[in-house]
Amino acid sequence: MAGSNNLNITPPRWLLAELTYACPLQCPYCSNPLDYAKYPSELSTDDWKRVLSQARKMGAVQLGFSGGEPLTRQDLPELVKYARKLGYYSNLITSGYGLDEEKIIQLKTAGLDHIQVSIQASSQELNDHLAGTKSFQHKKEVAHLVKNNGYPMVLCVVIHRENIHQMQQILEMAEELGADYLELANTQYYGWAHLNRDLLLPTKEQFLKAEQIAQAFKEKVAGKMKIYYVIPDFYEDRPKACMNGWGTTFLTIAPDGVALPCHSARELPGLDCPNVNDFSIEEIWNESKAFNFFRGVDWMKEPCRSCDEKHKDFGGCRCQAYLLTGDMYNADPVCSKSPDHHVIEEAIQAAKKTTNQAKEAPLVFRNNKASKQFFS
Amino acid sequence: MALDPDLPISFSPMHRLQWEEAQQKDVILYPEGMVELNQSSAEILKQCDGSRNVEQIVTELEKKFATSGLKDDIVGFLQIALQNGWIQQP
Repeated sequence: MAGSNNLNITPPRWLLAELTYACPLQCPYCSNPLDYAKYPSELSTDDWKRVLSQARKMGAVQLGFSGGEPLTRQDLPELVKYARKLGYYSNLITSGYGLDEEKIIQLKTAGLDHIQVSIQASSQELNDHLAGTKSFQHKKEVAHLVKNNGYPMVLCVVIHRENIHQMQQILEMAEELGADYLELANTQYYGWAHLNRDLLLPTKEQFLKAEQIAQAFKEKVAGKMKIYYVIPDFYEDRPKACMNGWGTTFLTIAPDGVALPCHSARELPGLDCPNVNDFSIEEIWNESKAFNFFRGVDWMKEPCRSCDEKHKDFGGCRCQAYLLTGDMYNADPVCSKSPDHHVIEEAIQAAKKTTNQAKEAPLVFRNNKASKQFFS
Repeated sequence: MALDPDLPISFSPMHRLQWEEAQQKDVILYPEGMVELNQSSAEILKQCDGSRNVEQIVTELEKKFATSGLKDDIVGFLQIALQNGWIQQP
């Protein structure tokens, strides 16, 4: 194991609390692990309170309540209240499913700072198809209610080949709904999105056109709406500085209490990610094998090891290196310096091929039945 | 978007200004983001409580720190704060 330099460990700043894997939606690009149904156990309310306290004490301040659909947890208002008391800035990352005005007010009173509502597309038909649930009209109502109740309203739309042609309409919808922030998240190909990549990855032409539309709109709404544009790294020649560096900033706790340096790290072999039922957050963050695995630069192979940009992007994403090259120590193949960069080119070509085919293989929707195929 | 010298300035209800014990500094928190403040920026923002305009904030801070000539720095920072949406005027 490399990177066990414990001298310069910075404390966590962001805590992602994945309260549950349960979700009424079935988005085919879900970032949850494919075999999520293998981990049905969930932390208790008291467990979560302990985790929140310990992480806060170390310096975590941004808190995301996520999932699955966090609203399926009946103790959400209690956890929000507890988090507020500790001084967290708490974000609810939700599909909006099951959210009504009463709940929105209840959560506001409990101290929730903001609600991020995801919408799958700008039209009812496509939204409901992608979500695998009739949800479009309700999501729009929820967005209005969030706004009317004094929360900053963050709209999140995951972008991929099925909806990228709606970029202009998505932007107009966000403006009409009065979003304070619009997150245009180009799909990152992990978990279910990796499985469905051939059907989700846009062509370069589609991507460039959509980006141009988004940039023009950004200028138009400057001062009213902030647009966060999450880049699709397949079309970059340098990898993203994933997680701001392994074990430097982000801490994810999965529903069953497993602590992860990033929400996809569960897919990596041999990390032995620790559970909050066995260790304190401080022990996990500072001492565990998993959190020290890719800290620093000592673990790197070539071409990263001698690269003058290694402190800028940290070799890119470990999960992407593993998924696409089979070796998690490799440079992220998105990097044009990577000897495996051709796998990105091949993925782009494979996706392009399916766009040209009249009959496509169907998207695999994220649900328990599909998940059970991925473990025995 | 320019600062109106006559109108009172308040801190944005869409952001939160908070002392962080672990970092030993004030920070601004907003959806998915955080800005770490140095001491003088934090002192200026704490004056933005909706009861004072620019001139009154300058007077208040010069009195508090027993100094003068702060106006240009304060106005410069408030302009940035306004552009970032951290403060607002009615």
